[in-house]
Amino acid sequence: MLLINIAGLALIALIVWWFWFYKPKEAELGESDLVITVENGTYSPSRIKVPTGEPVEIKFIRKDQSPCSETLLIPELQISDTLPLNKLKTIQLPALAAGEYAFHCQMQMYRGQITVK
Amino acid sequence: MSSVNTESGKPGCHKDTDNNTQHHNHENGSGPHDHVDSAAHQELIIEGAGCASCVGKIESALKAVPGVENAEMNFAQRTVSVIGNAAASDLLKAVEKAGYNAKLAAAENEDDALAEKEKADQAYYKRLMKETWIALSLGGPLMAYALITGEVNVNTTTERIAWLVVGILTFGVLYFSGKHFFVGAWKSFLNHSANMDTLIALGTGTAWLYSMVVVFFPDAVPDQARHVYFEATAIIIGLIDLGLALELKARGRTSEAIKRLIGLQAKTARVIRDDKELDIAIEQVLLNDVVRVRPGEKIPVDGEVIEGHTAIDESMLTGEPMPVEKATGDTVAAGTINKSGSILFKATRVGKDTALAQIINMVKRAQNSKPPIGRLADVISAYFVPVVMIIAVASALTWLNFGPEPAVAFAIVSATTVLIIACPCALGLATPMSVMVGVGKAAEAGVLIRNGEALQTASKISAMILDKTGTITLGAPKVTDVLVAGEHDEQAVLRLAATLESGSEHPLAMAIVESAQERGIEMGKVSNFNAIAGHGVQAEVDGKTLLFGNEKLMRERTIELGDFVEKAQALAAEAKTPMYFAVDNKLAAIIAVADPIKEDSIAAIKRLQHNGIRVVMLTGDNRATAKAVAEKAGIKEFFAEVLPEEKSKKVQELQMEGEVVGMTGDGINDAPALAIANVGFAIGTGTDVAIESADITLMRGSLHGLADAIAVSKATLRNIKQNLFGAFIYNVAGVPFAAGVLYPFLGLLLNPVIAGAAMAFSSLTVVTNANRLRLFKAQEH
Repeated sequence: MLLINIAGLALIALIVWWFWFYKPKEAELGESDLVITVENGTYSPSRIKVPTGEPVEIKFIRKDQSPCSETLLIPELQISDTLPLNKLKTIQLPALAAGEYAFHCQMQMYRGQITVK
Repeated sequence: MSSVNTESGKPGCHKDTDNNTQHHNHENGSGPHDHVDSAAHQELIIEGAGCASCVGKIESALKAVPGVENAEMNFAQRTVSVIGNAAASDLLKAVEKAGYNAKLAAAENEDDALAEKEKADQAYYKRLMKETWIALSLGGPLMAYALITGEVNVNTTTERIAWLVVGILTFGVLYFSGKHFFVGAWKSFLNHSANMDTLIALGTGTAWLYSMVVVFFPDAVPDQARHVYFEATAIIIGLIDLGLALELKARGRTSEAIKRLIGLQAKTARVIRDDKELDIAIEQVLLNDVVRVRPGEKIPVDGEVIEGHTAIDESMLTGEPMPVEKATGDTVAAGTINKSGSILFKATRVGKDTALAQIINMVKRAQNSKPPIGRLADVISAYFVPVVMIIAVASALTWLNFGPEPAVAFAIVSATTVLIIACPCALGLATPMSVMVGVGKAAEAGVLIRNGEALQTASKISAMILDKTGTITLGAPKVTDVLVAGEHDEQAVLRLAATLESGSEHPLAMAIVESAQERGIEMGKVSNFNAIAGHGVQAEVDGKTLLFGNEKLMRERTIELGDFVEKAQALAAEAKTPMYFAVDNKLAAIIAVADPIKEDSIAAIKRLQHNGIRVVMLTGDNRATAKAVAEKAGIKEFFAEVLPEEKSKKVQELQMEGEVVGMTGDGINDAPALAIANVGFAIGTGTDVAIESADITLMRGSLHGLADAIAVSKATLRNIKQNLFGAFIYNVAGVPFAAGVLYPFLGLLLNPVIAGAAMAFSSLTVVTNANRLRLFKAQEH
């Protein structure tokens, strides 16, 4: 029983760490065309890094049929747009100050983050 | 109530606030026509351009087309912006010749995009329904068997074999009907995020795995805990797929308003080029093309009538039911319907520049934006799924440590049920679904709401400031009285006054000129014209010195006014604006101009007041006229003699009093006041809307639009609150119930199948409740 309890508590700790504290690597918006794929309930890559102080474009392609994935919101930048199915969609970002900007679907089930450095 | 700067805004004074508004309006109105004469702008989408070196090739191919002034390609977006008056078809040909494919980027693509989306949604719906039936056709009989026989235990070898077969079949269900949950969950997991898929996959996966453990290693679990949960697994998957399918259908209905707007666009246009009439696709229509529209046909692009006379039904854009008469010089808008006559018009805005295309764009944006009320739900959503996972583990541990036998079975059931019942979707959908329907509903009534925040604030408006000219009144002043002094003749006075004012574009001046023209009076020549800021004008006509302006100007020039002061006051009390006219330093007449109140302004103002809103009128006009207009319109409070730059101060004054202030103006020189108000309403004239200028744009001139906008936002906010409340309560009550908090007191533990059904229908309920908003009707009374 003790083992089970320890395993259970470890599982809880693991959930907290994995979903909240672990910071995965960010994909960099470089020379090559970076496209964020919306598929299977996720943005891939979900964390991207963009340079500070210059306007950039991020491209999305939605392969997910779920209607939730259709809307893309970047609340801090007041961006809301619709991602068509299987078509490239470019989102223009203004020159941004350093910081973290979340993007997500209407219900926040698909989540990603733009880090401006 | 206050009055500001008595120096200004006097009758005839050329600094009159409201009339300045009109003046600017007029100037601004010429904007689109200037644009017509300059080069057209067209945007092409390029296909097949794979390398940056294509840019130069495409640009130079386009620049070689006659009429093209410049072509610039945005390689990242694969679009080219072409300036010049070349035919679209020539541009497309040039790109094709260069070895690429191109099409026009036009709003008309919306139609195709919508059709594609509907096709994709239909296919997704079919897939979900198929998955539902597969899952339910196994889960249903299993559940019936379990309920009838109560035999879901694994004790004998025969039972083990039989349940193994069922377990494999259930795996088939998980694979065919539930694969998307598992793939989604896994991908999210790798991405360090969790969503609804995670919960469903964990819940059904745990139930299935536990059941398989019971089948393979029955000895590993206590006797009483040797239950299998295959039926629950299959039914949960089936029900959730069913919920998703029904939600998809219901979601389709939430976007009906935008579909209707997109459907308004005509597919083809009949243009006249080189004396030939051609039926061409709407994307091919160029600026300055002459378009023919026959009775019953849709207006394909925005334009200005150059020949013919007709009545046009603009109700689809403005919500105004009466057809609008159109003749040469009037503007027509894409998407409206030509009712009676055949007309020729010149295209002034095409593609995505038409008012309709801009309206569609704005409504779409607003529908996707969120009002602040949804922020809490967003914050919760962000932490929701991992928290539910933690609750599931904690609940299982609690049952294992403190629960009665069979503790293992209780632990598994409670953990599974917690995972299944939690519905982040209902929470996430609560706000956006209602906003979608509410914004769409408003657009149908001719009210364009910029974003969710404007929608929310509009529902709280407690005071509404209305600009007088053009908002409460028609904004088209007319001469009502000419009171001559002494021997002067009315015709002669009007001729001199009209001649004096003929150079001015001021609305009051124009009213006098128009009145003279109506009487067939020919005008003379003006010399030494001099505008006396804030007072009036002075000039010489036929060797006579003319002075036209307010009382102060007359007094400064020591002109005897006699009993005309009382006459002027009497006119002002009738809501007219009196102006003094002197010839050679002697009073010749008072000319009064009035701007009639719009027919339905009084009723609309009553409607606002009836809803508990404090209505305040704002004008640059003199106090007496303002008072009379306010009284006529049923308004108790007004600010008179307000300079344009002081309008925003008045808004702030009301805000200081604790009011949530709505400001209504024409959106041009009211911009600072509109911006500072809690909600700025721009009032449009017909379809010529200043879309970018305010939080909320009323496409028809009627003030009923204000009451409609407030009513729609109130109804939407109410709907959002119902949804949020329902979703919160559902999760706050459901999750602990599923974890078994009621068990120690009432012996109740939720069945995972019921949890699955509840979860599947919770988000459907939210979408259905949002759809109720479609029944909303603004009432004009």
